[in-house]
Amino acid sequence: MAADGSLAVSDASGVSRGSANTMQRFARRRSTIAFVMTLPLLVVIVGLVAYPAVYAIYLSTLNRRMTEFAGLLNFELLFESDTFWNVAFQSCFFAITAVLLKASIGFWLAHMLHHIPNKGQRKWRGMLLVPWVIPPALSTLGWWWMFDPSYSSINWLLAVISVPEVPWLGHHWWARIAIIMVNVWIGTPFFMIMYLAALKSVPEQLYEAAAIDGASSWQRLRYVTLPMMANIISITVLFSLIVTFANYDIVRVLTNGGPRDLTHVFASYAFQVGILSGNIPRGAAVSLFMFPILAICAFFVLRSVTRRNKEQM
Amino acid sequence: MSATAAEPGAPGIYHKAGSLSRERRWALWTAYASLTVAAIIFLAPPFYMLITSFKTSAEVAGMTGNPWLVRDPTLENYWAILANPMFARFMLNSIIITACVVALTMVISILAAFALARMRFFGSQVLATGVFLTYLVPDTLLFIPLYQIVGGLGLLNSIWGLILVYPTLTVPFCTWIMIGYFASIPKELDEAALIDGATWPQMLLKIFIPVALPGIIAATIFAFTVSWAAFVYPTAFVTTPDQMPLTIGVVSQLVRADTFAWGQIMAGALMAALPPVIIYAFLMDYYIAGLTAGATKG
Amino acid sequence: MAEVSLRKIIKAYEGGVQAVKGIDLEIDDHEFVVLVGPSGCGKSTTLRMIAGLEEITGGDIAIGGTIVNDIPPRDRDIAMVFQNYALYPHMSVYENMAFGLTLRKFPKAEIDKRVKNAAEILDITPLLERKPKALSGGQRQRVAMGRAIVRNPKVFLFDEPLSNLDAKLRVQMRTEIKKVHQRVKTTTIYVTHDQVEAMTLADRVVVMNHGIIEQVGPPQELYHSPATKFVAGFIGSPAMNFFPARLEEASGALRLHLPQDIVLEVPEARAARYRSYAGKQVLFGIRPEHLTDDKPTDKTNPAPLTLTPEVIEPMGMETLAHFKIDGAEISARLDPETPARAGEPLRLIAHMDQMHLIDPTTDKVI
Repeated sequence: MAADGSLAVSDASGVSRGSANTMQRFARRRSTIAFVMTLPLLVVIVGLVAYPAVYAIYLSTLNRRMTEFAGLLNFELLFESDTFWNVAFQSCFFAITAVLLKASIGFWLAHMLHHIPNKGQRKWRGMLLVPWVIPPALSTLGWWWMFDPSYSSINWLLAVISVPEVPWLGHHWWARIAIIMVNVWIGTPFFMIMYLAALKSVPEQLYEAAAIDGASSWQRLRYVTLPMMANIISITVLFSLIVTFANYDIVRVLTNGGPRDLTHVFASYAFQVGILSGNIPRGAAVSLFMFPILAICAFFVLRSVTRRNKEQM
Repeated sequence: MSATAAEPGAPGIYHKAGSLSRERRWALWTAYASLTVAAIIFLAPPFYMLITSFKTSAEVAGMTGNPWLVRDPTLENYWAILANPMFARFMLNSIIITACVVALTMVISILAAFALARMRFFGSQVLATGVFLTYLVPDTLLFIPLYQIVGGLGLLNSIWGLILVYPTLTVPFCTWIMIGYFASIPKELDEAALIDGATWPQMLLKIFIPVALPGIIAATIFAFTVSWAAFVYPTAFVTTPDQMPLTIGVVSQLVRADTFAWGQIMAGALMAALPPVIIYAFLMDYYIAGLTAGATKG
Repeated sequence: MAEVSLRKIIKAYEGGVQAVKGIDLEIDDHEFVVLVGPSGCGKSTTLRMIAGLEEITGGDIAIGGTIVNDIPPRDRDIAMVFQNYALYPHMSVYENMAFGLTLRKFPKAEIDKRVKNAAEILDITPLLERKPKALSGGQRQRVAMGRAIVRNPKVFLFDEPLSNLDAKLRVQMRTEIKKVHQRVKTTTIYVTHDQVEAMTLADRVVVMNHGIIEQVGPPQELYHSPATKFVAGFIGSPAMNFFPARLEEASGALRLHLPQDIVLEVPEARAARYRSYAGKQVLFGIRPEHLTDDKPTDKTNPAPLTLTPEVIEPMGMETLAHFKIDGAEISARLDPETPARAGEPLRLIAHMDQMHLIDPTTDKVI
């Protein structure tokens, strides 16, 4: 046994040797492999998202026939048109109302679902998620038929309780409400399921501790549940704000912008102007208006997500 | 103890216990009532679609009586839609597109997520954030420039053009949740594999993919449902029925064909919606895991 | 089977923080060496550098005479047991143990023979078809060891393998590991923060602190002649007592002057060793087991002192008494029959032939 009880005196001179050793080469090769593995992802992100986003800005500065640079002309023309301002109003009105409704109904349902015995939850959850599962364009088609002016099944039900016939898609305010209804119908299950997951992640002991401290059920909600869920609520709301603001399917199927272009949102109006009327630069300009709001939401989502990650570490 | 909190004159502790259980019963009753109302509203539209799909054209055209009832149920709408070569074409297109996009998405996102979760390299952190940001960019912001780009490649009005652009919908989210799943695998597991003699590809194939299988299933389901339901891109890029997937096909072509063919339209829409619903019915837990993974894992 | 040698090993992280500050260590073939130290002392980093999981910033590591600095882990012919076992959750116990051999393309029959043999040694044959999820902590630990044994590597590396087990199982598995080593005799490097584990398992213990080796030696040597204050305080439980003291020479005899006017006589045998420190401030160290109650003893050089215990802890086979002298926590091991009571003065005996003196300027044992 080479029992050298001697002390190994440290010489703290961390001289890294000049020769590039193979471990380093191994590490370098590892990052090469890693880069190759992420290359397809980069192609998608850069080629199909980042580049088009920048390209959209370029497109929006061209004249109608895309032959020459037109500066901010497209934006100026948009600002002068009433239709555009209607679109801007309708987009914001639609997104904010729909998200608020989805968030509150979703929260309520998640809470109710959380309160019933565990073994029943699966069944209810399964039923309540159905609207989210059907492709939106197809379920909206069903709604369209339910709103049918001459044979509306909803109006028939309303007639049973003696409510006069509603011109669902005929009048622009009713059409706006109809669009919000459909969006809430589709999107609420998502909120519900997210909040349910969040509710389940709150440790039961916290409620027990709060109950022993004398908190009423409302106080438990206010001082335990909401703070614990604050982050996930903000993530879900902001994320939904983005998606709802950029919604296209419902407006396209339900009203196609009508009546009199009063239910257009940015996405459907951009589509109408850019693709259907063939004015690509103007359409690009319209769609770009979604960008600032989306960027703000994205910023806050990212902040919440990073904060959440930090908490979990 | 609780007697002091009870209302004056209440017979002490027993009364309190009774009120507690009554409170709980009330809460339960409210819960069931809310859920029942919600379930009725949530299930009414698909139910009405189903009812309509069983109605004869004559009954739909009649427009009288209770619309929620069907007088003489028929399957003729289903036979008609199944015999319609256009519908078969939509279905085939949807299947081709979805299969390609799902395969493409999973390969891209598993490879990238493995690299991003485990092989730290220059800029990997920035890229991971970039993936998340990309996920937040909606398709309606991109379809006009993509229209130009796809057009430039000569892929407008072709399912291949759709296969090219659909990954923008699926890849960021799938990569994001796969990073989460891979990151949750303990680091010692790959060190053990490294010492056991595994190379990087072996580690991915024999350790990471099997261990993260639930995550991969969740991501696959997500990619499937998203590309099956995609609407903006096919609406923008495809104009002839022979290249249309189901969503836009049913919405544009069937509706255009005959304004009174509501039974057929609903039958078509329901059948088009069937694959995601079936997957949901059988793999609900994975479906929900994928849905909530973005926020709970990330 | 092989010897392992570390020469001037340095591990530095970006930003210049050094986790391991140039250590030298020679490990013989078949030897069981335990690296022990508090968390953050660099012991795990050292082990991971030997495994090839961490890059070496400076120095050389040789296994079986070959310098392995640049060799990836899979080609170093080592096996490692991790703290959380790192069993592949999707594979059965059999597949877990066979995985390393399968990757190395061993013939099926050979793999089978080795796995069965290792399972035999570890007494896990009935578990071979189970998944790790269905195993208890101790069983997982055995499987992790089995995975190492089947490879028949040059060196076994253990990274705190018992930390996740409960106290009882830990003692049991400790014995198990020792038995396995006596049977397969593979050179073993074992990392732990638990000095009892280190003492019971090791042929030689390496005590590390702040990225350097404080002392290397067989367990008994570390216990009886620690080289530094750190080793003296780290090895042994409860830890050694330290008193600030002044060494005075009076008429040829050395005396230690402790706080509270306690004076202890230094045995003559030690006088020559300590004489040069006469008149200086030193640190007097004595283990609790050498600070006992006053009763007839065959030990030489008993020195009496009287202290007032703050807390008395009866343990059954012995009783611990805790004192406070000038803020320093002191403990003594008493006979369980001693009628000691907290707050009442107690006469103690210091066994001065087991004393240690530490130079407070260098923290070395004199």
